[in-house]
Amino acid sequence: MTARERVAGTVANYVDERTGAAKWMKKNLNKVFPDHWSFLLGEIALYSFIILLLSGTFLTFWFDPSQREVVYEGSYEPLNGIEMSAAYASTLHISFEVRGGLLMRQIHHWAALLFMVAIVVHLLRVYFTGAFRKPREFNWIIGVGLLTLGIVEGFLGYSLPDDLLSGTGVRIAQAIIQALPVVGSYLSFFAFGGEFPGEAFIPRIYTVHVLLLPGIFLALITVHLMLVWYQKHTQYPGPGRTEKNVVGYPLFPVYMAKAGGFFFIVFGVTAFLSAVASINPVWLYGPYTPGQVSAGSQPDWYMGWLDGLVRMAPPIETHAFGHTISWNILIPGLIIPGIMFTGLALYPFIESWISGDKREHHILDRPRNVPNRTALGAMALTFTIVALLNGGNDIIATTFNLTINQMMWFSRIGILVLPPIAFVVTKRLCLSLQRADRDLVLHGRETGTLMRMPSGEFVEIHEPISAEKAWTLTQHEQPVPLELEDTDARGVRRPGAIKNKLRNRMSRAHAVAVPKVNAQDLKEIEHH
Amino acid sequence: MKYLSRYRRHRAAAPILLLFALFAIGTTFSVASATTTPEQSEFSRSTAIEEGREIFLKGCSSCHGLNLEGSAIAPSLLGVGAASVDFQVGTGRMPVADLSVQIMRKPPVYDEKEVAALAVYVASLAPGPEIPTDASLNYERDGSTAEGGELFRTNCAMCHNFAAQGGALTQGKYAPTLMGVEAKYIAEAMTTGPQSMPVFSDKTLTPEEKLSIIKWVKAVEAEPALGGASLGRVGPVTEGLLVWTLGIGLLIGVAV
Amino acid sequence: MSSELEIIKDPGVPAHIHRQADLDPKAEQKAERQVAILFALSSLGTLLFIYSYTFLSEDLFIFFPILGTTNAKQLFLGLGLAFALFFIGAGAIHWAKTLMPDEEVIAMRHEMRSEDEDRRELIKTAKQGAAAAALGRRSLIKRSLGLSLGLVGLSPLLLLRDLGPLPGKKLETTSWKTGTRLVTDPGDRPIKPSDLEVGAVAQVLPAIKEGGHRALSDIGKDAVLLIRLRQEEFQLDPERLAMTYQGIIAFSKICSHMGCAVALYEQTTKHLLCPCHQSTFDVTRAAKVIFGPSARPLPQLAITVDDEGYLVAQSPFNEPVGPSYWERNSQ
Repeated sequence: MTARERVAGTVANYVDERTGAAKWMKKNLNKVFPDHWSFLLGEIALYSFIILLLSGTFLTFWFDPSQREVVYEGSYEPLNGIEMSAAYASTLHISFEVRGGLLMRQIHHWAALLFMVAIVVHLLRVYFTGAFRKPREFNWIIGVGLLTLGIVEGFLGYSLPDDLLSGTGVRIAQAIIQALPVVGSYLSFFAFGGEFPGEAFIPRIYTVHVLLLPGIFLALITVHLMLVWYQKHTQYPGPGRTEKNVVGYPLFPVYMAKAGGFFFIVFGVTAFLSAVASINPVWLYGPYTPGQVSAGSQPDWYMGWLDGLVRMAPPIETHAFGHTISWNILIPGLIIPGIMFTGLALYPFIESWISGDKREHHILDRPRNVPNRTALGAMALTFTIVALLNGGNDIIATTFNLTINQMMWFSRIGILVLPPIAFVVTKRLCLSLQRADRDLVLHGRETGTLMRMPSGEFVEIHEPISAEKAWTLTQHEQPVPLELEDTDARGVRRPGAIKNKLRNRMSRAHAVAVPKVNAQDLKEIEHH
Repeated sequence: MKYLSRYRRHRAAAPILLLFALFAIGTTFSVASATTTPEQSEFSRSTAIEEGREIFLKGCSSCHGLNLEGSAIAPSLLGVGAASVDFQVGTGRMPVADLSVQIMRKPPVYDEKEVAALAVYVASLAPGPEIPTDASLNYERDGSTAEGGELFRTNCAMCHNFAAQGGALTQGKYAPTLMGVEAKYIAEAMTTGPQSMPVFSDKTLTPEEKLSIIKWVKAVEAEPALGGASLGRVGPVTEGLLVWTLGIGLLIGVAV
Repeated sequence: MSSELEIIKDPGVPAHIHRQADLDPKAEQKAERQVAILFALSSLGTLLFIYSYTFLSEDLFIFFPILGTTNAKQLFLGLGLAFALFFIGAGAIHWAKTLMPDEEVIAMRHEMRSEDEDRRELIKTAKQGAAAAALGRRSLIKRSLGLSLGLVGLSPLLLLRDLGPLPGKKLETTSWKTGTRLVTDPGDRPIKPSDLEVGAVAQVLPAIKEGGHRALSDIGKDAVLLIRLRQEEFQLDPERLAMTYQGIIAFSKICSHMGCAVALYEQTTKHLLCPCHQSTFDVTRAAKVIFGPSARPLPQLAITVDDEGYLVAQSPFNEPVGPSYWERNSQ
């Protein structure tokens, strides 16, 4: 035994005698993780979260979450002598007098934007590959929760400096609260400690942003990761990969090196962005006062779609019996997002109800093999993108020489018309891709080489694809439409017959696919 | 020559030739369309008002009327003052090249002398705002940057954006950026309210306050990009665009 | 073309392809060197970071294409940190990819579902425990427990009552009273009608006592926009017309949609645009909404002049300013 081994042994013994760690470490150090770049998207989100914790803690050492009015006397000339809140003044102090302060502010904000981008891209990967199916439904719901909380946390975060742009955003949030029927004005006065803007809001959201939400995040992310750990990661279809195994690399040392290295990569890229690209230059926005506003006021991108929905809303309010209900605020601000997030969270259950599939799935779907799900996702994405673009309609208008009026009408009509078009187009695209796969399996790859037959005919030589590729293209299962009966054996109509009819209809749509290559097809080919 | 024939069929030959052709056409066009300096005039003999009247009759009266009374497509110029003329013609907005929803700034057609003559002529027919003198534009001395910022954010930012980069109005109109605009023109615009811009009277926005605004705009213009590339100084839209392209692009690139 | 094709079966994990570094010791050394270089670049980055922090002056600015003129200390601090971190990651990943074993390993999954034996035991334990507590049988305990837990759980919500005052009449009232002078924002100067030319705007607040201080909450309701048109350009009914003065009209600056400041006045079209959600108001028709999501016009402030000739409010606003709320009587 070398000296190093002796020391390691002593330490390990000390810990194990107190915790019994050897047992679970032995099992887990060899845990197998499948390797694909798209599995790193969730990691980008995780690492961005850690970066947020680190940079955020740094900022809390200097930030003053108070709205009491101070007169600025720092080094930024254009604001000298101006009245502003202590929160804004301390943000300026961090930006200009604390060395590395501006860098940390920018790292924190860029990491927040990257965090949300990574969550969305990761969500898209999980959705389009069907990784949310049993047994991973809980994880999906946790993920949707993380997405929602992330949006709130980001909004609260960039509202803390109390600058003109974010203050305008807070005013809009306050208008949404105030618009709630019956309780709106009370909730608004409680949240703001009185009238808007008051002096209580920034200190309160500071507590939420720095303590409550990060705590909830830590808990949710821990459960999210533990579930992935325990259920083992899914894997893409391929040779040797089955529902009953995991093919990949062991945790120690390969995966640890790669995943750990990727943390440094993410941090490095975030720091690079923060060095070369300015973000949230609050000294240019000025301190918040309700009498001022800037042209081209937008929230951060992950709230842009909400702003876009509010902008395109028709001007509908109900004035009745001395009361007012602002549908033009409630529908785009609360009801539509509520429907979207609820639908998103419940999707695994909706899909399993449609398909009737109650089995465990650990092999991912290739999106083309589930045309209905893929098309539905494309539809939802189109909806969100139209809303997002409308959120920046004034800047898009001035950049591309359009009018905000044109953008508004494009969005109002587009958001209803474009998603169904996206659905149809995507579904057709998936089916054509399935057909292309089928051709590839049956006829092989086109080599582009022509051969002249003795009869004078020209044929293109096809090269048969490898057995591995053929397996990858045909291993998927094709959904079978449900055929639930609406009458029982004696012809009596069942309760829930309408629900069953709907379910049948939907599962038939879900099962639309180009039939896979089967033995019969192969036999026919042979005799070609 | 052998070199050329050897590489005649090189892959890069076509793109290079294309680039060369585009470059040649582009430079020829821009040289040929450069505005020629107007001839030295027999005008130099007349008084400035007479000069101005001549230029006006030739270049402006078809839309603004022979007696500045205006027409269906152009407003009356009675009372707009020398400042308006100096602004509109000096920035090249007038004469109009393309009558659309907003008249754009472009290279001026008339030189300084002619603009001055036009301004004197128009002002002679009815009193209006004067062209600010250099002495009255000493914003470094007479203005306050910080106060200018407050004034700008209250009076100007809602159209021109928080960093004076410009913003959208309705129906395709827009408030232009103030970057690179001379102090004189900013002052004249505030006083005369060109096109969609309202008038900022000297009593509600005093001349000192106007100078402070100019001083602040100039300070913002001179301010270096403190945190890195400024991304247009328009706010979260370009930041979001960057993170969705460069940000996640770099990371996915490494991941793949 | 194609020979005998069997029914497509899983061919199993493909054979392992060895990397250069696995086979050739020279390639292995090269890979090691590369990893070391990457780690060394990281150290250089850290040195740049330390150097920038300690020695670069805060007032040094440097020009780069695309970036523009930027603060050198902030730029090199960030680049140093970025390199320091990035190359550790790059080195670790390169090490894993070229030198660490890359043979794919297969592990078996186990079904998520617990063994039937475990399930039976759990049910037995649960049933025993439930029988021991016997809540089902002891309904008195159950009900009293429910009541006490419910009470203690919900009553702390009472503690939240002091989060804020009740709205009362606050949303309906502003600082504008009969005779309140209109003063410039900023500057606090009173305004005479002759101060405004046709086509002029002014940002306005209600006058306050000498040496007084305005709270942002007051500004958030009191901010008013003054616009001067030609009298004949108004298309107002007599009641509204009486609220104007010689072509000068005053509106609440707080958007009736969601409360942003509306002051974007287009002199040519006589429209007011709110930059937040693009609600457009027609000033000649008492700020009637002609485009965008706002459902109500901006409240108009009735103005006149006092005996010294300065503009004053005729009366408070005749409706609440700002966004709508449940109790708002908007008829």
